Amino acid sequence: MSTFTLDELVRVLRESAGEEEGVDLEGDILDVPFDDLGYDSLALLNTVIGIQQAVGVTLPDDIVSQELTPRLLLDLVNGHIARPAAGKA
Amino acid sequence: MSARRDDRRVVITGIGVVAPGGIGAKQYWELLTAGRTATRTISLFNAADFRSRVAAEVDFDPVRSGLSRREIRRWDRTTQFAVVAAREALADSGALGEFDAHRTGVMVGTACGMTTSLDREYAVVSDEGRTWQVDAEHGVPYLYDYFLPSSMAAELAWLADAQGPVGVLSTGCTSGIDVVGHAADIIRDGAADVMISGASDAAISPITVACFDAIKATSPRNDSPETASRPFDRTRNGFVLGEGAAIFVMEELGHALRRGAHLYAEVSGHATRSNAYSMTGLRSDGAELAEAIRQAMARARIDASDVDYVNAHGSATRQNDLHETAAFKLGLGEHAYRTPISSIKSMIGHSLGAICSLEVAASALAIEHSVIPPTANLHEPDPDCDLDYVPLVAREQNTDVVLSVASGFGGFQSAIVLTKPERRAA
Amino acid sequence: MTARTVAGAGTGRPGPPSPYARPPVVTGIGVLAANGSSTEEYWAAVLRGDSGIARITLFDPDDYPARLAGEVKGFDARKSLPGRLLPQTDRMTRLALVAADAAIADSAVDVPGLGRYACGVVTAASGGGFEFGQRELEALWSRGGGHVSAYQSFAWFYPVNTGQISIRHDMRGAGAALVAEQAGGLDAVAKACRHVRDGTPFMVTGGVDSAMCPWGWLCMTRSGRLTTVRDPRRAYVPFDHDASGLVPGEGGALLTLEDPDLARTRGAVPYGAIVGYAATFDPRPGSGRPPGLRRAVELALDEAGLTAADIDVVFADAAGLPEPDRIEADTLAAVFGPRAVPVTAPKTMTGRLLAGGGALDVATALLSLRDGVIPPTVHIDRPAHADALDLVTGAPRETALRCALVLARGYGGHNSALVVRRAG
Repeated sequence: MSTFTLDELVRVLRESAGEEEGVDLEGDILDVPFDDLGYDSLALLNTVIGIQQAVGVTLPDDIVSQELTPRLLLDLVNGHIARPAAGKA
Repeated sequence: MSARRDDRRVVITGIGVVAPGGIGAKQYWELLTAGRTATRTISLFNAADFRSRVAAEVDFDPVRSGLSRREIRRWDRTTQFAVVAAREALADSGALGEFDAHRTGVMVGTACGMTTSLDREYAVVSDEGRTWQVDAEHGVPYLYDYFLPSSMAAELAWLADAQGPVGVLSTGCTSGIDVVGHAADIIRDGAADVMISGASDAAISPITVACFDAIKATSPRNDSPETASRPFDRTRNGFVLGEGAAIFVMEELGHALRRGAHLYAEVSGHATRSNAYSMTGLRSDGAELAEAIRQAMARARIDASDVDYVNAHGSATRQNDLHETAAFKLGLGEHAYRTPISSIKSMIGHSLGAICSLEVAASALAIEHSVIPPTANLHEPDPDCDLDYVPLVAREQNTDVVLSVASGFGGFQSAIVLTKPERRAA
Repeated sequence: MTARTVAGAGTGRPGPPSPYARPPVVTGIGVLAANGSSTEEYWAAVLRGDSGIARITLFDPDDYPARLAGEVKGFDARKSLPGRLLPQTDRMTRLALVAADAAIADSAVDVPGLGRYACGVVTAASGGGFEFGQRELEALWSRGGGHVSAYQSFAWFYPVNTGQISIRHDMRGAGAALVAEQAGGLDAVAKACRHVRDGTPFMVTGGVDSAMCPWGWLCMTRSGRLTTVRDPRRAYVPFDHDASGLVPGEGGALLTLEDPDLARTRGAVPYGAIVGYAATFDPRPGSGRPPGLRRAVELALDEAGLTAADIDVVFADAAGLPEPDRIEADTLAAVFGPRAVPVTAPKTMTGRLLAGGGALDVATALLSLRDGVIPPTVHIDRPAHADALDLVTGAPRETALRCALVLARGYGGHNSALVVRRAG
């Protein structure tokens, strides 16, 4: 598996959590907290399930936090793709 | 649908319990007051692949509990629990066969209904999820009874020969309080003199465990299942799924007095509010739960200072415990700091819709015995939960007024007040 | 029609005045049904006698003995609901949210203006969000527990419509869901009335339901009550010699119910008032004792302070099976006299809607009272109870209407009866 990209994240977000009106997911969202993009923790938990299915790794329980941004999430996911065993803790 | 008649008061005259750690109200009360926990590694199915593998299971032998082979074959475990608990409640009320069928109703609560059977049967008709187009030839004949949780209410109605209002109320995890409040309203309105009411859930099945895994709501403390449910403790990490049922015989006070029934408790006030915020989340200020508490107390015509014991929701999620602590302070004022509060979920887990009726049963028994059950596993109180959460050991204390509360998915926030019957009769 | 004063229950003391001095009023209606995607579209279709029953399109029905349903046509949730709600809602809940939006808009209420806890939601439910549930059961069994949606924990559960409506409209008052199959729709309205009287002056109530997926359909077929007739014109024909079972449908109605003083103060124009209700349950099958429908009717009339002669039209439960049809026909003949009151079943155009059916009949009854016209029962070619029932068939019947009785029976033995009175 290669790296998990922002485009793929946006696709999973739309499918798993929908899209908030007035938010442009095509815009510059890398450093915008998910909260500001209209996603609550439940939406992120469902997004994480979608990402796990897409990339085939298990992500840690505590991955969802209030400060999480798309950039941080992508880093975390790609970190786990590089070392898949770490996610199984 | 008449106006609320304040001259019609409602009392609990029979209690039946199916709970982790024991079948029957007596065994149940012994477990709670001993502070023993009934949480363990899931044995009802192979849960090896799940995140949380802990649950509070009922050691239930349907044959020993008096169910026929036909009943066992037809009924989901939730219905089986409800019927066994209802039989005990009816026998306990001393009125089996005495009630006027037309003046007797049934209102039963559940969060998950017959989910366990639906889960199992889906695997059969879908070739374990391989075909969306389920097989019409396979699958048991009882699927519509599983689809429709009111099939459980029908069984209780036939058992009690109830021909008044009959149905199911569901408010998810607050069902067990709200159904008792609704049944009391039906009696107060004059639509029935007797209601068989309470709640049942037996949803420890793969789909339920999976959906709580998905939102990380349940405790992953798989290496220490007996201590996994730790409400108000700093080390809590989620709720422990449970199962069970508590069913009550509820009567109009005059009706109960005329037949010389034993009165456990009066159902004095109930209220429910919605947080209109999130299907799973809670606002941190506890405002809606506090409002439900205030409304329930107002209906019961009591002040916060009258409350002798609070039976908490105490699910052992951090979000709940902080929300609830805030709600107590808001709803009870300074008295919140002086009132003993405990969560029996520490011992019997969180049986979703059923738990609140089990908590109402515990509240009625606390009034009956003047004993407050403890919060087990509470060794390291969360400093943010700075109320008297009755750690580890039961307390003997005169208990005339109990407040029981709950929060649930869907945003429901509920409170009920039970009082010692003599208190308001005087 | 003056309200009675109910005596205190057995105490000899006078009780409070009857609630029917000021019964709760319905000020908004939102309908979604097989023959109409809005209240007025539905009402026009019903008056034309247009049925929405047709071969199932939402899944392939060929594997099942029953293949007809009353599906809501052309429903596209993306046009009416925020994107964030779509992944977390079953079709049932999406239909309910759209119906709630319509009812609330129709009522023209300003929810925030009423106060924080002034509005509540009580809906009827049956199996919950069943199509969503099927998808997640499929994920669980075919791919494993880690593939189950984070939304499954509430998307399938019974009070999901109540919860989602309360969130969407910031309604923080009392809330619940009731289940009694068809009867639950009336039970929910009655419970909402109780909340209005108890101090939550504005309630959204009724029921919208759907279980149009193979798994829901299989469960429904196990009720043994679905017709296997393939001709949409002859499939669901209650009170007909050819009655062979029911056709399920989806949709229903949500209503806004409010304290009459609130309605008056804010200048709302009510459709009508809920003036009486009762619920009973049949004795155990085979007991030989009479069913409870007649008691429900008589108790509801009594609660309304009305006699049989005050009822101008009956919206029948219309099971579509010979024995339940006979019981209902006999009951109506016994209470009202043979052919003494017009009876109709517009649900012959929508199918039976599980938890949505009772509420849709209440909505239809209110529209009927408003316009002074009784919608027809369609597809009745060979009336079976002509000596007992004045069944309105063929064309709508225009007549002065003041009070309507709505009946609903739920699988298992639930009987509910509700009386509505025209406004003014």
